[in-house]
Amino acid sequence: MEPLTRIEAIAAPLPVANVDTDKILAGRFLKTTTREGLGEKLFWTLRQDQGFILNRAPWNEAGILIALDNFGCGSSREHAPWALLDFGIRCIIAPSFADIFYNNCFKNGMLPIALNDTVVRRLMQLVSNPDTAMVTIDLKSQLVTPSGGPSIRFEIDHGRKQDLLKGVDEISRSMQMETQIAAYEHQRSIEAPWIEGIDLARL
Amino acid sequence: MMTQSGKPRLLFEKVWAAHVATVAEDGTLLLYIDRHLVNEVTSPQAFEGLRIAGRKVRRPELTIAVADHNVPTDNRAGGVAAIAETESRLQVETLEANVAEFGIPYVPLLSQYQGIVHIIGPELGLTLPGTTIVCGDSHTSTHGAFGALAFGIGTSEAEHVLATQTLLQQPARSMLVRINNRLGAGVTAKDLVLYLIGKIGTGGATGHVIEYAGEGVTALDMAGRMTLCNMSIEAGARAGMIAPDDKTFEWLAATPLAPKGEAFEHAKAHWRTLQSDEGAEYDRVVTIDAHDVAPMVTWGTNPEAVTTIDGTIPDPATVADESKRKQLETMLAYMDLKPGSFIAGTPVDMVFIGSCTNGRIEDLRAAAAMIDGRKVARGVRALVVPGSGQVKAAAEAEGLDTMFTDAGFEWRDAGCSMCLGMNPDQLTPGQRCASTSNRNFEGRQGPGGRTHLMSPAMAAAAALSGCIIDAREF
Repeated sequence: MEPLTRIEAIAAPLPVANVDTDKILAGRFLKTTTREGLGEKLFWTLRQDQGFILNRAPWNEAGILIALDNFGCGSSREHAPWALLDFGIRCIIAPSFADIFYNNCFKNGMLPIALNDTVVRRLMQLVSNPDTAMVTIDLKSQLVTPSGGPSIRFEIDHGRKQDLLKGVDEISRSMQMETQIAAYEHQRSIEAPWIEGIDLARL
Repeated sequence: MMTQSGKPRLLFEKVWAAHVATVAEDGTLLLYIDRHLVNEVTSPQAFEGLRIAGRKVRRPELTIAVADHNVPTDNRAGGVAAIAETESRLQVETLEANVAEFGIPYVPLLSQYQGIVHIIGPELGLTLPGTTIVCGDSHTSTHGAFGALAFGIGTSEAEHVLATQTLLQQPARSMLVRINNRLGAGVTAKDLVLYLIGKIGTGGATGHVIEYAGEGVTALDMAGRMTLCNMSIEAGARAGMIAPDDKTFEWLAATPLAPKGEAFEHAKAHWRTLQSDEGAEYDRVVTIDAHDVAPMVTWGTNPEAVTTIDGTIPDPATVADESKRKQLETMLAYMDLKPGSFIAGTPVDMVFIGSCTNGRIEDLRAAAAMIDGRKVARGVRALVVPGSGQVKAAAEAEGLDTMFTDAGFEWRDAGCSMCLGMNPDQLTPGQRCASTSNRNFEGRQGPGGRTHLMSPAMAAAAALSGCIIDAREF
């Protein structure tokens, strides 16, 4: 995974709450077997309107998206963050996120930032002006700095931050804990022997 | 969260603590996964990732795969090769190739056991109390009805589970949803969960594992409990759980793959301990009086936009906050509904009875019971899609299929179908649907389609009358 340290990009305001993953990437576009190429399907319905923010310069080149509460709710489809990433958006700022979407972002080297509602709305106002649409995000110092205003500190889980900064391959890291996993499995098979392998031949 | 032994613990904490495989020095916690369910839509990239890295599936026998999301629900005799849509066919073929390559148990499309993964898990006895269950599908919360800790994951996480049989986890908070009293006649678990979402909102349980308890929950049958846990995710919950009881054990005893004989008794003794201890504390408590719940119908484009059947469409003019007012206006424009008008009487074009929320035999019985000699209203198309091949067979053995087809409903094969419109079962722009599924998002059932979520009896009543109507008075 590509390390993430700093993002300097146009931020697009999307003043909508409860942006669901169907809206980000509709179900009919899930019929793919790869992670790439979903950017053109991102927000498909909204993008049919030429006035939609991601169709207008300079936000058509946005690398940051700012939205309202509960961003990414609904389906667990990782195709939603894949589509955002493929479009070029690597950071989403909102007052709150749905859990699965939030997790999925980190697995793809993306940074979801939760800030309070008032701050988010003020940021939206700033980036709605093309002259102040540029925002810099520095992960190390945990600062969001809009070109038109003062820096804002954000919180992030320490482990997740380190993983993003280093671009850690989580699977490799977990596989290094094989001894512990095997020991757990052994203990578990004694304590809960009824959890057996699935044998469909018994049907 | 792990707690010291001796301290009262919640059901969720007990299951969680029993699955902590290891905690690394940096605090990284690996939760062991007992069952990994795999579908054709969210798995191809996970298998591809394994292949690229040269990794194996660590415990293929704890994994089960089935194609459900974009399989056709009619004209299926030709099998996978006959799936008309190229991309859908490719996804199912890819799943079949992956399960063969990695040695994963697979329920083929033409198997009598094929169905929606969240229906077949409990049906086959793969869903057991006290286990951890994950799937690349948000409605994995369904399995919590058995006292399992079950939740949806993304594809990268699925790859992690395939490779390690564990998942990196952050601690969750706990929420008790206590339902006092029993639901009234004609009021179902679907109405209860829609009422809850309306009350706490679509983000109301974010970061929390819900435990449902109280008379209104224990009185539910397993089908109702699954419906309730299934839609926990629509309130943002990480999972929904219900402590197992005799109804749970009775269900499991009748399944083909649950432990048998002595192993079952041994397991049952343990399962009985899967209760929240007296004195254990939840981070949050929500109390609902079941008597306040009536048949519910959504009017908007997320599940919290819901009203009782006697309710009206809200008026944006009464909303002070500008962004909220705009969102309400957008919803009503999309749904083509007038502020202040009654939801009852809204005409429908389409009816969908099925999904992992309401595709079980009990749901089909409730829908069929509404027919009573009547026919699907003129101009309405109504689909009944059993949740699994076993549900379909049971319904046919009871004669429900002929009741449906005689009344003008279409009787289909098992799959996710019109819940998410990945297969040909889709709404056309502007069509209005009474649906027993779980999401009413814009375009969810097809681009431009309008969804009203409700219970199976309510959906059947809508099909027969041609409009949204109180099934209790129909």
